[in-house]
Amino acid sequence: MLANEIYEILKKEFGDGILEFKEEAPSDPYISVEPSKIFDICHTLRDSSELMFDYLMCLSGLDLGESLGIVYHLYSFKHTHKIVIKTTVPKETPTLPSVMHLWRTADWHEREAFDLYGMIFSGHDNLIRILLPYDWEGYPMRKDYNEPEEYHGMRVPY
Amino acid sequence: MGLLNRLDDPFEGGGIILGKVEDLLNWGRSKSDWYLHFGLACCAIEFMALNASHFDFMRFGTIPRTSPRQADFIMITGTVTLKMADRIKILYEQMSEPKYVISIGSCSNCGGPYWEHGYHVLKGIDRIIPVDVYVPGCPPRPEAMEEGMIKLQKLIREQALFNGKDRIEELEAKKALKI
Ligand code: SF4
Repeated sequence: MLANEIYEILKKEFGDGILEFKEEAPSDPYISVEPSKIFDICHTLRDSSELMFDYLMCLSGLDLGESLGIVYHLYSFKHTHKIVIKTTVPKETPTLPSVMHLWRTADWHEREAFDLYGMIFSGHDNLIRILLPYDWEGYPMRKDYNEPEEYHGMRVPY
Repeated sequence: MGLLNRLDDPFEGGGIILGKVEDLLNWGRSKSDWYLHFGLACCAIEFMALNASHFDFMRFGTIPRTSPRQADFIMITGTVTLKMADRIKILYEQMSEPKYVISIGSCSNCGGPYWEHGYHVLKGIDRIIPVDVYVPGCPPRPEAMEEGMIKLQKLIREQALFNGKDRIEELEAKKALKI
């Protein structure tokens, strides 16, 4: 199925929850959606018989300045089609539903996004840091992050 | 060190070797160093090559140990993240004296490619534990690591066991002399 057909299906079902469709993107065509609807949209993407996106290839975070972006790359082994879903959340309240219960892959991916960008995935069972130490402060991949002077008595800058 | 040189000398058939006890002990120690099996990042890949049959690290008398309590020295092979630095400190403290450290690669010498933007990287393992031998390179070739080992053996052979200065003091003096 082509990206615009997928968009039509989602638009019919979610209306205003679907914000934008970009077919001529420099990379893969993508659909921007409302962050609060992300779980329902992903549920439809996974379970409706024409879509059947059974594989979350990648969940990544972005720092867009004012807001934080989350990108889902989905693939269907059944229909061999793929789609990119994008959403943004404000930096002050970066909360959005977790898709961990749809794709188990999302478990660690969401923990990583939380670890490095500080997004809060509500509904995630175990949202703790995955790469950095548990007592680390701040979210290093954010553009306004300043590296600490000291960690456990060790000087950090060169 | 002189001990072996005297094997082919004059006390024919007498079976006498003259030497200092210290030399004998140091000779033994320098030829059987066990090391903590410990790899961190890409340098550890080179380290695996060093351990494999081509470079055959074991001919130096080294045996990999999986416990710090059985190890004489530790090779820090790769990027030391701050998370790992805490653990390295514990591992080092668990080793029994005399203990030595070889720092392999730019990362553990000084932070390497992460020196500027590595918010999570310790810029030099010598900030937390004393280092005996530094091996530069990114990554160093196994030959360079072998040279590091030879340097360490030399250091052990020359170490004063009796009435010697504290080793840390010795290291500080050496560092000041840039040896
Ligand atoms: S010194 Fe280079 S090769 Fe070695 S761990 Fe660092 S980046 Fe990797």
